[in-house]
Amino acid sequence: MLIASPESMHFDAPLTLQSGAVLRQYRLAYETYGQLNAQKSNAVLVCHALNASHHVAGVYEGQTHSEGWWDTMVGPGKPVNTDEFFVIGVNNLGSCFGSTGPMHDNPDTGRIYGADFPVVTVEDWVHAQARLLDQLGIRQLAAVLGGSLGGMQALSWTLQYPERVSHAVVVASAPNLNAENIAFNEVARRAIVTDPDFHGGNFYAKGVVPKRGLRIARMIGHITYLSDDVMNEKFGRQLREGLDLKYSTQEVEFQIESYLRYQGDKFAEYFDANTYLLITRALDYFDPAKACGGDLSQAFQKARAKFLLVSFTTDWRFSPQRSREIVKALLDNRCEVSYAEIDAPHGHDAFLLTDARYMAVMHGYFQGIQKELKQEEPKHQKLQEAQAQKGDERP
Amino acid sequence: MTDPSLHRIVASLVPKGARVLDLGCGDGALLSYLAEHKGCTGYGIEISDDNVQACVQRGVNVIQLNLEEGLAMFGDQSFDVVLQIDTLQNLKNAEVVMQETARVGKTGVVAFPNFAHWPNRWSVLWGRMPVTRRLPYQWYDTPNIRVGTHADLLALALHNHLQILDNFGVHQGRVVRTLPNWRASTSVLKFTGAIPSTVS
Repeated sequence: MLIASPESMHFDAPLTLQSGAVLRQYRLAYETYGQLNAQKSNAVLVCHALNASHHVAGVYEGQTHSEGWWDTMVGPGKPVNTDEFFVIGVNNLGSCFGSTGPMHDNPDTGRIYGADFPVVTVEDWVHAQARLLDQLGIRQLAAVLGGSLGGMQALSWTLQYPERVSHAVVVASAPNLNAENIAFNEVARRAIVTDPDFHGGNFYAKGVVPKRGLRIARMIGHITYLSDDVMNEKFGRQLREGLDLKYSTQEVEFQIESYLRYQGDKFAEYFDANTYLLITRALDYFDPAKACGGDLSQAFQKARAKFLLVSFTTDWRFSPQRSREIVKALLDNRCEVSYAEIDAPHGHDAFLLTDARYMAVMHGYFQGIQKELKQEEPKHQKLQEAQAQKGDERP
Repeated sequence: MTDPSLHRIVASLVPKGARVLDLGCGDGALLSYLAEHKGCTGYGIEISDDNVQACVQRGVNVIQLNLEEGLAMFGDQSFDVVLQIDTLQNLKNAEVVMQETARVGKTGVVAFPNFAHWPNRWSVLWGRMPVTRRLPYQWYDTPNIRVGTHADLLALALHNHLQILDNFGVHQGRVVRTLPNWRASTSVLKFTGAIPSTVS
């Protein structure tokens, strides 16, 4: 069993964000699994999506049910094998799991950021992640990996730091959000912002949490993460109690209602409302083609990495069509790319589940990366020996 | 299914360093061979999950796509060679895929089982569909939904105004240039969609 231990790093050098705002200082929470090899060539960065964190894999000592959010993918003997790779999970700025976010003190004012926390983008996150890697002494990633919003970060890595990424693995993602997707985010945001307990984002001082808004935001999210088929199979029209209708408009009647309420309640207990707004906004804003007049192929001219893209046929929030757009842009640039379209029934959620075909492709791809690393080892050794000899020759 | 000697013969039709698209690339063996022996680059297209996984694992670029949907993802003349090795006979849209091959590739190479190979003719003459090493299926379970001959393949190419660059048969690992429609279990065609430049 992999035991995880959270770490955190403080950064004093200011980070200028895409908006022009500056984070004077900040902290990044992260975890690492496995061993960094002597060449520092086996690092894999895992980027998280909306509600996840740096706790990617393993469990915390003595805490049951504390598995990381992608424990099925990352760990000893798993597709991203921590016996071979040095895996890094990092919590993004603005999040609520340890990295600097809206619930922390603003060093400029000494008060909690709240609504004043600057808007962060996928690009900002990637810059911050790069600084963490600098501190860890990692020049180049064997792979950057992410699903959904995490996949957007992986894509952005290949454009912002093309020389620092050998492979990008992008699962259930998109080159930008379409109008429907932005619309879902907006409904969720309005639910939070119009909760009387939100207080314009400065609810911390009032000792309240806009839980009603968070619950509704999560309920909407959940609907979009599942497929129609799975929802029908799981819940159908089942009533919660017995077979008779209650003829009530407010009580829980159907099982699906009960499920959504449960998910909403759970979420409102641990997630921060300002974080929800920030992260959904980062999703909305991501659009690497924008700077190229909407031409995604032109945007990917910079990319040097090899790519694996994976989508799921029943994912309507980040549909296969969106992944194909990315594949096409990569093909137009003659990038090395593989694409798997998994016929899984679980909708967007499939990326966190363990469909055998999905796991096999991921396993296979990472084994391929491993093979590449092994082939490069002797080269690296020779280079080191040559350098050592040169050193000896020096007077 | 496809034997390695066919791969060697197909590879001999592919120029060194060519950019290759392999339609129905299977487990990626041919692309891997072309990369290793001829310095080729490119992609395979596969519909089967198992084959996609096999390709990914051996480091062959593979795009999971249903060929029946066409090759919209690929630009005109964006590959030096487009291969269709033992693929055509499985396609409902065989003619459209031939046209797409000519659009996307500067040259196309098709190989598929020749139904007019003499043991097949013999079998049909005696009233039964052939079951051979090359066509090992019963009529009721064969994935080969397009049954054609070497002569049919040439006719299809001409019908689509494709220019035939080379054509021959392959049998038991050898090229058959004399009476291929009789003597070869596999038919091979190399063609281009480009209009030949006229000598002035």
